[in-house]
Amino acid sequence: MTARAMTPKARVSRANVFMALLRRDMRVARRELPFFLVRTTLQPLMFIVVFGYLLPKMGFMKEGYSTALLPGVLAISLTFSAIQSVALPMVQDFGWTREIEDRLLAPVPTSLVAAEKIVAGVLQGFVAALFVLPLARLIMGPIPNLTFAHIGTVLLITLLGGAAFSSLGMWLGTAIQPQQIGLMFSVILAPMIFFGCAYYPWQGLSAVPVMKYAVLINPLVYVSEGMRAALTPAAPHMPLGAVIGALIAITVIFWTVGMKSFMKRALG
Amino acid sequence: MTETNAITIRALRKVYKATGGKKLRHLSLPGGSFMPGGTGGMPRPSAHDVIALDSLDLDIRQGEFFGLLGPNGAGKSTTIGVLTTRIVPTSGTATVAGSDVGTQAVSVRQRIGVVPQQPNADRSLNVIENLQFHAAYFGIPVAAATKRAQELCETLGLSDKLNVKLNEMSGGQQQRLMIVRALMHEPDVLFLDEPTVGLDPQARLGLWEILRGLHAQGRTIVMTTHYMDEADRLCDRLAIIDRGKLLALDTPRALKDKAPGGTLLELVLDGDALGAAEKVKAIDGLTRVEASGTVLQAYSGTGGRLLPAMIEAAEQSGRRVKDIHLLPPSLETLFVSLTGRKLG
Ligand SMILES: Nc1ncnc2c1ncn2[C@@H]1O[C@H](COP(=O)(O)OP(=O)(O)O)[C@@H](O)[C@H]1O
Ligand SMILES: [Mg+2]
Repeated sequence: MTARAMTPKARVSRANVFMALLRRDMRVARRELPFFLVRTTLQPLMFIVVFGYLLPKMGFMKEGYSTALLPGVLAISLTFSAIQSVALPMVQDFGWTREIEDRLLAPVPTSLVAAEKIVAGVLQGFVAALFVLPLARLIMGPIPNLTFAHIGTVLLITLLGGAAFSSLGMWLGTAIQPQQIGLMFSVILAPMIFFGCAYYPWQGLSAVPVMKYAVLINPLVYVSEGMRAALTPAAPHMPLGAVIGALIAITVIFWTVGMKSFMKRALG
Repeated sequence: MTETNAITIRALRKVYKATGGKKLRHLSLPGGSFMPGGTGGMPRPSAHDVIALDSLDLDIRQGEFFGLLGPNGAGKSTTIGVLTTRIVPTSGTATVAGSDVGTQAVSVRQRIGVVPQQPNADRSLNVIENLQFHAAYFGIPVAAATKRAQELCETLGLSDKLNVKLNEMSGGQQQRLMIVRALMHEPDVLFLDEPTVGLDPQARLGLWEILRGLHAQGRTIVMTTHYMDEADRLCDRLAIIDRGKLLALDTPRALKDKAPGGTLLELVLDGDALGAAEKVKAIDGLTRVEASGTVLQAYSGTGGRLLPAMIEAAEQSGRRVKDIHLLPPSLETLFVSLTGRKLG
């Protein structure tokens, strides 16, 4: 029995491994792009058809509603796809396929694997929003007050919203049992969407003051309002500073909780 | 001692906490801890906690083909999990290839290859992509990775599968892919968790050949199994574990020499075996007669020749014999003598 001399190993660069993990997720995402887009954007697009096209045609909606609707629908597409892009693979990988184990054995800190997943979620959220934007414009026609003058702000809100909701997806995906996915959609995500100021501006809730303050616990509110501040600044919206502050706080909280939950699952 | 250890395990303990109402716990917020509040010192194990590893000590030498043998639930996968940095132990330490699995997990991962109990290749990717990405996680450029993947697939009989999707591969092929993947980054220590479970006899023999080849290259191999013959034929040394405890540790030959003399005769009765044991003890030539539950065991120096007498004695005690087992001296009988139960 001749033992192999232990080969000296060069330390692998974390950045390289991170990029390799990201390339893997992007390759898979590219292959599943049509399904991904249908899964995450069909619902907001149908909402646009009904509330942004049909109802105005029938005269039930005032002209300006599309101004309130567009940023909200982008917010939903972004956050929904960010959550799903992280939560669904987590549930599957930890629940039964165990595919992630190979990545957990990569010679990098385990938290890097989780961080990459969250970044991949942000990118996918961005793609979904980018896909919905022209379609929404096409369906609803010209949108009063829409401007792309503050593209930097749009990107910042997209980044923060995507990060907050990818992190939420990390938490949900690692803390929830596979058989509870249905429950997650109906108990957590559906109310979040309906009370997330996506389909109406927050200021509009002044009509129902209790609601106006109750919805503030809903993280989607800040993404919707942030999109309004960035894309339709002339229409009513929450102050941008408050939105950004809230989104940073939410991201930090969900990131911390999501990471902790991931580490718990990853390290048996 | 000139020989260094590839693996050192000291006082390793793993307790899986009882999780009453598991589903609810998973929905509750982290921080809403389920640990009993305010226990300043050692958390007291509750009755439902599972002690998967109970103070395990083990040294595995470099270049050794080491077997972890034990029945289901013995703690084999937990041991592998700790050694491969995937499971955090409750207490104790383990070093692999010179690095601590807890504090230097990254260096450990760099030097180990892991073949899991269940094949877990990336189903969204084909074979070559699986191998290329795995290599990329270890910093190996794609050209070098592709070359190595082709060579390894050639050796393991997968060269016609490079562009095939995972769901088009048989269990045996997926198992071999797991070995190729584990070898992509040239690990010093290779871990295999029950690699032959679910393989047909042909594939099993093929895998044995592959493992012998890897061992001949001087690689340290740690394999778990609950097949005696496999452990016997492949391993330099074996640890027999049960309920998280090390029961015996030696070469297969030395272990077999330790096996209690004679053939184990075992009767399964239709009721308590105590009365039957009394009668059987009277038979000349049977030693170490023992009853546990409905199972009656005795050792004989003359093979199965005393079996009829044993059956008759058991039936005289008013029991009926439902099943008969006969085991020649082997690792199996050693295991039974150590634990009072069979492996499989
Ligand atoms: N994640 C877990 N949670 C709770 N108990 C576990 C977990 N994993 C393993 N166990 C228990 O720990 C013991 C040892 O399991 P394992 O190491 O998988 O044994 P083996 O691989 O030898 O069959 C068993 O009783 C098993 O039920
Ligand atoms: Mg096991």
